Amino acid sequence: MNTVAETPLVPARRPASSFQMILTLSVVSTLSGLLLVFVYQATLPRIEANRRAALEQAVFEVLPGAETRATFVAGPDGFTPAEADAGNAGDVVYAGYDADGALVGVAVGAAGQGYQDVIKVLFGYSPERQCIIGFKVLESKETPGLGDRIGKDPEFLANFDGLDAKLDAAGTALAHNIVLVKGGDKSKGEIDGITGATISSTAVAAMLNRQCQEMIPYIMSHVDGLQKGGA
Amino acid sequence: MANAHAPSNMDEFLKGLWDENPVFVMLLGMCPTLAVSNTVMNALSMGLAATFVLVMSCILVSLLRNFIPKQVRIATYIVIIATFVTVVEYVIPAVSLAVYNNLGAFIALIVVNCIILGRAEAFASKNGVAKSALDALGMGLGFTFALLCLGVVREALGFNTLFRDTPWQFTVFSPRFEPWAVMILPPGGFITLGAWLLFFNWIKKRTKRTTSDEVTAHGS
Repeated sequence: MNTVAETPLVPARRPASSFQMILTLSVVSTLSGLLLVFVYQATLPRIEANRRAALEQAVFEVLPGAETRATFVAGPDGFTPAEADAGNAGDVVYAGYDADGALVGVAVGAAGQGYQDVIKVLFGYSPERQCIIGFKVLESKETPGLGDRIGKDPEFLANFDGLDAKLDAAGTALAHNIVLVKGGDKSKGEIDGITGATISSTAVAAMLNRQCQEMIPYIMSHVDGLQKGGA
Repeated sequence: MANAHAPSNMDEFLKGLWDENPVFVMLLGMCPTLAVSNTVMNALSMGLAATFVLVMSCILVSLLRNFIPKQVRIATYIVIIATFVTVVEYVIPAVSLAVYNNLGAFIALIVVNCIILGRAEAFASKNGVAKSALDALGMGLGFTFALLCLGVVREALGFNTLFRDTPWQFTVFSPRFEPWAVMILPPGGFITLGAWLLFFNWIKKRTKRTTSDEVTAHGS
């Protein structure tokens, strides 16, 4: 009968020399490297296309009514059009336009420490209405079922449909901070948090406030540069 | 394995699914079992990813078993396993970013899954290619089956859905059912695993008793 299963681990033979061991490991590692290069090259275009599609979809989600979009880099002298997703240095924003080519709003990214790890979000800002009009979590490792509701809970997401982010009279900062308040009034920039996800909701409010304080005065003073075709 | 005759190929495949199920019998690979079995889709993708790595690694280990010196065999197995894990890590985001984000760090951690190194060392390094591939496939599917057992219970009770965030998502209980958040969290993994272990051991005991009863009946 077949006794393969009973043979010892390695058939009895003289001990392998160092050369043999080095040779085995080198050959296996080389083959492994070749295979990985091949797989990396084969999958890279698909992965990049998926990432681009996810970001593109996110931009249209946070800017309801937008039909087309353009990418801009925020420089010291205002916005300059940029190649889409070319890994630009500096703050990148995405402008969304409706079917007539009018500016619907600007999608801006924000990030901050959450409960588990850094949370990355994208929010839409309407310069015309001076409020946040959309919000989407791009990356989060928050607790499933509790903290991750910042990206899924309809009541929490309703906070960002017209969350006020007006500038003060001087135009250098927000008229009021974006804060987390129980039963908050969104016309005063207040976000109503999620019970059981206080840390994650607070993190979202803090990152929005930080990014808005910095970016919205800049967006408002350079908004002409975002119109279709540039300034 | 006490049988006098050598197990057939079919036995090699089936033992991983039931008699030697890696999760429910051997209690291997507990880390991904507890961590990514909170939804059916996570369980399925993790199970299939691990099955792919397991089958490919075991085929290669079996092919090379006569060339690998004993002293460096573990290092060689790890290189082979790590290669296929990296392949999976490139293929999954190319297929679906959502699945990739859900599985997070656990794809890379397949490399240290005891089931894979265990089968390479205990089986593939001593058996032919066809047998090793069947053994690996059985073990991989047994692992997937176990993850699905946990995933179905945890998702149904924890989210009140099955196949959430896919086109096939449906609600299990009435919409007024209040989901048990604990089932999605780590304690839910332990509770569900404990319940399944109890159930499978109970079935095993029952079948053993009936078979031994039959033997006695025939013997008398």
